[in-house]
Amino acid sequence: MDNKNKNEWKRHRIQALWALLTNSYLVGFAQGKIYRGKLKNLCVPGLNCYSCPGAVGSCPIGAMQAVIGSWNFRFAFYAAGFLMFVGALMGRFVCGWLCPFGLVQDLLHKIPFVKKIGTFKGDRLLRRLKYVILIVFVILLPMFLVDVLGQGLPYFCKYICPAGTLEGGILLVLFNKSMRSALGWLYAWKSVLLIVTVILSIIIYRPFCKYICPLGAVYSVFNPISVFHYRVDKEKCTGCGACAKVCKMQVDPVKNANHPECIRCGACKSACPVKAITS
Amino acid sequence: MIRLIKSSRIGIIVSAAGLLIMGFGICRGEMTVVLEKAVNICMECVGIG
Repeated sequence: MDNKNKNEWKRHRIQALWALLTNSYLVGFAQGKIYRGKLKNLCVPGLNCYSCPGAVGSCPIGAMQAVIGSWNFRFAFYAAGFLMFVGALMGRFVCGWLCPFGLVQDLLHKIPFVKKIGTFKGDRLLRRLKYVILIVFVILLPMFLVDVLGQGLPYFCKYICPAGTLEGGILLVLFNKSMRSALGWLYAWKSVLLIVTVILSIIIYRPFCKYICPLGAVYSVFNPISVFHYRVDKEKCTGCGACAKVCKMQVDPVKNANHPECIRCGACKSACPVKAITS
Repeated sequence: MIRLIKSSRIGIIVSAAGLLIMGFGICRGEMTVVLEKAVNICMECVGIG
């Protein structure tokens, strides 16, 4: 196994371990029930639906919408502060190493396909969509599109997030007869979104992270200043371009080692023949 | 260690500010709302309602 593959599988092992740790209520998977303990006060750093039967923590994006959309609060300082804290410490390292939905996409991309797409016309522009989704669906709509009691819905979770369908929807519906009888157009819509995400993940590397994920959007803002960051030793660097070539997020570390799109997967570090990239 | 602190000064300050903001949210009682939402099946998240 070469250096690149070794690093990649080491990362997948850590991703899997973290996913298991944050979804360790295994009884929930067997019974189709969710964990109802106090640990759910706490947010986890990655996109992990709190309605996943195994989830022992809360999704920060879900938590943010829940507080913004509640009748007695207009802004979610707890979730925003948590994202700021984690983001300033690790940036998008969370996306690369600690997000269960990132792991799912990573593994899906390993499925062979006739033509994998690296980048395409409009790719750069489309990556800005995640910021629009963050501002509109996670913050503005739950804040302003409210019912008579002043409560807003978690619009991102309801209409966009495929993680909830994958991690919670499928299993809970499978186990729960009353939930099965309540299925409607929304479940169909979210299933379509999930299927599209799965298919796209086989063809494009992490399409959800690149274009849709509001959590990735938040962490990307902190990437350039985060405590954990990459450095390129300009004296060692020969400009061979090996790092940019292996980057599946289409980042050139020599131009910007802490680019907002870098998920700190470490592929560039492993690919560098002179070990010019360090963290 | 000193080099790390020096090179990550902004990150450390922002991170500390994040902790303070988080604490403010906890003092306001936001955690109760999060817990209430998280311990019940989120119908919107799973695609039921």
